[in-house]
Amino acid sequence: MSQPVETTYRECVKQAIREAMIRDQRVFLMGEDVGHYGGCYAVSKGLLAEFGEERIRDTPLSENAFTGIGIGAALGGLRPIVEIMTVNFSFLALDQIINNAATLLHMSGGAFNVPLVIRMATGAGRQLAAQHSHSMEGWYAHIPGLKVLTPATLEDARGMLWTALEDPDPVLIFEHVMLYNRSGTLAADAGPVDIAKAAVRREGSDVSLLTYGGALYKTLEAADKLAEEGIAAEVVDLRVLRPLDTATIVASVARTRRAVVIDEGWRSGGVSAEIAARIMEQAFWELDAPVERVCGLEVPIPYAAHLEQAALPQVEGIVAAARRSLGR
Amino acid sequence: MARQPGHSIVARFSIEAVRCIDAAGRAVGPLPGFAADKRELAALYRGMVLTRTFDQKAVALQRTGQLGTYASSLGQEAVAVGLASAMRPEDVLLPSFREHGAQLWRGVAAEELFRYWGGDERGSDFAAARADWPVSIPVASHVPHAVGVAWALQLGGAPRVAVCVLGDAATSKGDFYEALNLAGAWALPVVFLVCNNRWGISVPVERQTAAGTLAQKALAAGIEGIQVDGNDVVAVREVVAGALDKARRGGGATLVEALTYRLGDHTTADDASRYRDSAEVSARWHEEPVARLRAFLTAQGLWSKDEEEALLGECHAAIEAAAEAYRATPPAPPTAIFDSLFATLPAALEAQRREVARRGGD
Repeated sequence: MSQPVETTYRECVKQAIREAMIRDQRVFLMGEDVGHYGGCYAVSKGLLAEFGEERIRDTPLSENAFTGIGIGAALGGLRPIVEIMTVNFSFLALDQIINNAATLLHMSGGAFNVPLVIRMATGAGRQLAAQHSHSMEGWYAHIPGLKVLTPATLEDARGMLWTALEDPDPVLIFEHVMLYNRSGTLAADAGPVDIAKAAVRREGSDVSLLTYGGALYKTLEAADKLAEEGIAAEVVDLRVLRPLDTATIVASVARTRRAVVIDEGWRSGGVSAEIAARIMEQAFWELDAPVERVCGLEVPIPYAAHLEQAALPQVEGIVAAARRSLGR
Repeated sequence: MARQPGHSIVARFSIEAVRCIDAAGRAVGPLPGFAADKRELAALYRGMVLTRTFDQKAVALQRTGQLGTYASSLGQEAVAVGLASAMRPEDVLLPSFREHGAQLWRGVAAEELFRYWGGDERGSDFAAARADWPVSIPVASHVPHAVGVAWALQLGGAPRVAVCVLGDAATSKGDFYEALNLAGAWALPVVFLVCNNRWGISVPVERQTAAGTLAQKALAAGIEGIQVDGNDVVAVREVVAGALDKARRGGGATLVEALTYRLGDHTTADDASRYRDSAEVSARWHEEPVARLRAFLTAQGLWSKDEEEALLGECHAAIEAAAEAYRATPPAPPTAIFDSLFATLPAALEAQRREVARRGGD
């Protein structure tokens, strides 16, 4: 393993795209303002100069069309990375994502896999208000035929894209907007990672904190606070929302006998509900307390900073939920 | 605001409408070169007769509970056969749900089509025409796919073209406009064949749009739009061949509006008599494409009663054999519903597959 280098989440995503394009001539990036502008979150800055307009392709404001074009290009032998600026714009491409990308293998009797990767920014915290701050990854995780990734760490930001591009089926990657500026160290030659398993980010024996994406760091902070009180919290990063790695969840809960699910998405019908249900189905007799949930409030995400923060899971709320599960 | 002649007008347009053989089977002018070859015309005629035979059998199978809901192409055979005959094998067809004639022409087996319409997706895993897409049941969502395919073909460097067939109703959808716009902006090798059969289920085209033609919708996207008599197989082939040739030479996309008429119901789940005057349909029968080409061939002395009978017998035998093979195909086991979900079934879904197997699958 080479020397670790200082880097950011944004840089990791960019290098992942860059490396994929160098490695495989079939790979290209397509989306709104990905070229001259360098991407809404500056992920693709510099890639146009390096790879040219044929492979770093600015599109008109036509999410439905360019997602569909990505499907067509994938079946035409290319390996498209479609960037949808933010998750809310993906609503305009739902027919392509859900009714086409996820069904074509079935509709073609097994003849047409769709090796398409769609990246999009997700989540709240940047004061982008009710129509640009959704967390819909759990909702996409409802759809058979898709794979749904939520890289939270630098290693996953760097390594998941590679694996996703090699996957023969459509993969959605959700990058939380609060993670782009996150810095840290990563091996200079960091490579592909699995897109199948959850990861234990912190070991503990008293309570399992199950989370993913942008909420991971709040959860780790909560675990630090709990440690100060003598509570050893285990933090599980789900990493992949579809297919969900139930085995790792159940194994953790079996060890700690208590579970708190932290999900920035809305509570009702969300990924937190699915996880709680699976724990009920597969680890009910291991539990010493009801499963707790800390979720985004069920309101449109407000613009004003204090209101926005009030609507999102916070460290104090996670700590309180963990305490409740321990009867403290 | 004063209008200044010569300054206030920034665009004018006209739409060319092409016809070679009229409804009575008479040539309306010099015919394209290929029409001088009897074998070419006979092949087109056979393609249309085979398609009509297939449609009749499919409807009969559906009426007797042996096929699912089916969309007949009765009256529109010239569109499917004309466009397919203009294509090269290496081009890519993205059909909507009424182009059985094009699929058959390009080597998809009638048995496969029966299987698909019978509810067995294995029918869309074509033994031939491997790059051709399965039928797009969602309306217009395959138009962006065609643009993506065209882009991949362009980058691939070979002179291949994507051909997307859509109905008149599809031209009201956003996917259509968005995809058309991008095909223009990126100058891609794609042909959009709008099969205007005048009815979007129960809504006539006049109530779908105020545009005088559907072909002119291309102009706002900066691509060429042209109309063709969609009941004239010679004209369809000629116009599509021109569009394909242009695309191969780097000339970009074309929208071809083929004017035809849906003589049958929208699908077997529809009863068009509830909303459509039977007198209108009767009048349209005088323009239908099979009788038209037969009249032309007969008048030219190129087609005999014996040839007609032999062809009908041959098509009937081929379709009956395909139907028999379809009926003899064992149904897919229940666990097959998981086979085409992912390349490799995720472990998380194994339990569901086992449950299906336990309930009586394989």
